Amino acid sequence: MSGKAWVFGDNLDTDMLAPGIYMKFGIEEIAKHCLEAVEPRFATEVKSGDIVVGGKNFGMGSSREQAAGALRHLGVDAVIAPSFAGLFYRNAFNLGLPLLVCADAGGIRAGDRLEVDAESGRIINLTQNNTLACEAIPPHLMAMVRDGGLLGHLEKRLAKNKDKQA
Amino acid sequence: MPQTLAQKLVARAAGVPSVTPGDIVTCKVDLAMMHDSGGPRRVKPMLEKLGAKVWDPDKVVLITDHYLPANDEDSRKIIRIAREWAGEAGVKNFHDGEGICHVVLPEKGHLRPGMFVVGGDSHSPTGGAFGTYMFGIGATEMLGVLVTGEIWLRVPHTIMVEWDGRLAKGVSAKDMMLFLCGRFGMDGGQYQAVEYSGSAIAALSMQERMTMANMTAEFGGQAGLIAPDAVTRSWLETVGVHDIDCSTWHSEKDAALLAHHRFDAAALAPQVAAPHSPAKSDAVAAFGNIAINMAYIGACTGAKLDDLRMAAAVLRGRRAAKGVRLMVAPASAKDQKAAEAEGTLGVLMDAGAELLPNACNACAGYGNYLLDDKAVTISTTARNFKGRMGSTAAQIYLGSPYTVAASAVTGRIADPRELMS
Repeated sequence: MSGKAWVFGDNLDTDMLAPGIYMKFGIEEIAKHCLEAVEPRFATEVKSGDIVVGGKNFGMGSSREQAAGALRHLGVDAVIAPSFAGLFYRNAFNLGLPLLVCADAGGIRAGDRLEVDAESGRIINLTQNNTLACEAIPPHLMAMVRDGGLLGHLEKRLAKNKDKQA
Repeated sequence: MPQTLAQKLVARAAGVPSVTPGDIVTCKVDLAMMHDSGGPRRVKPMLEKLGAKVWDPDKVVLITDHYLPANDEDSRKIIRIAREWAGEAGVKNFHDGEGICHVVLPEKGHLRPGMFVVGGDSHSPTGGAFGTYMFGIGATEMLGVLVTGEIWLRVPHTIMVEWDGRLAKGVSAKDMMLFLCGRFGMDGGQYQAVEYSGSAIAALSMQERMTMANMTAEFGGQAGLIAPDAVTRSWLETVGVHDIDCSTWHSEKDAALLAHHRFDAAALAPQVAAPHSPAKSDAVAAFGNIAINMAYIGACTGAKLDDLRMAAAVLRGRRAAKGVRLMVAPASAKDQKAAEAEGTLGVLMDAGAELLPNACNACAGYGNYLLDDKAVTISTTARNFKGRMGSTAAQIYLGSPYTVAASAVTGRIADPRELMS
């Protein structure tokens, strides 16, 4: 499985990912406007399995998890950046969207084909024919990604508790 | 090992004697605050899907502020869900239409030093002004807290930001925070705990301390802490919180810090952030002749009673320049009432201000007062991201209430000290 890289700059904020004026709507509507302020083609042209590559402090700003939810809704498989804003980082994993901290993310060019393995923390750039190493994702967050996010994780946990009680 | 204030607060919540920065711990949550946007409309369906109940309704505070006034059916629905859910879930701490959550929360006596609190909003670090470890989370993570009463945390390092000396007349907490964003960028806080200390911080009023803690969000910290002292104690007394502990909740001497920055408050000039980032802050003098057509005094960051007082100190006996729309959205009903009683609000109204509801309004891109393509605004709010307050073509500058008021009077970005001498 590989996806196309969409490349953005530093400090990409949550208002760009999920504009405030659309926040009263559901994720389908918000996602239509995802990143339109910086890349009007993004929401219509991004394909399932594509990868977003950002600069430092990706996702800064609001606590609105729709910023990560919109990317997930559009089919984005992972986000790669040299650093993420803390709140966005938590939100993305809670929604099952893996984020990869990669110091060398700057070398990825728009349109590159990437193969991302969140479990091993490895990115293969098929276009440039190189491999990038990422920081390891903490095990408890990787477990959450496997469960499809915190909601799925809680579902499992509650089911286990019920089994114990039964 | 000597512990920082942040470590002490996290250790208490984790139920251990001490913690080490970088370790991942599970903390018990003393209080969870939600608002209408990220609150019931998002968590209620998920709670139902799980068939789960709130772990402790008495530890939940629900405040409506984002979609008020509810001007359309979508907004009305969001507010209606909040009101109904408060009843269904047995949440008695429900403050409906009384102002912005970060200001209403302490105003209602919900915060005290030593607590560990999560808020469903990025400006939740505001609570740190009271020596509370408080940080923002998203709606799904709030669901996790509501179901389990717990949350994971990577024990933060502490970045100590010490301000000594005395702020000049016309310079405020907002200027200190814009300066920090300009100097270190919006990731300067590295999602660690930022602690503000020094004689200039000790001299700040409680609401000015809240502005420091509030804008820790823009500075990129997870929490923004100020050790509680006599100022904290006397402010909390006025909201019915008594017997607070000021002896435990401070950083120990020689506790390990990630960084220790020292600044001279007396040397600080009023700061202004250029579009579209608080990190584009510089001294007001660097901005030359920039005409504005709107001056916005609003938000948890910039429209508390003390903020309104700062604006009034400049606007007394003056009017907004022709062609400048001056808007004031007091952060809470209580602060508005106090401002009215003491004459502060009258000064603002006499200056030509339009009074907006006690809600988030345009600060977060909500309500009836969004910026259009031609808007050039200077605002007391915290963020000037592209499109944040409406049109992506709008130009948003940020400044203190003094600076925004002075700019309203002159019709261009102005140094308030020139009107205050």
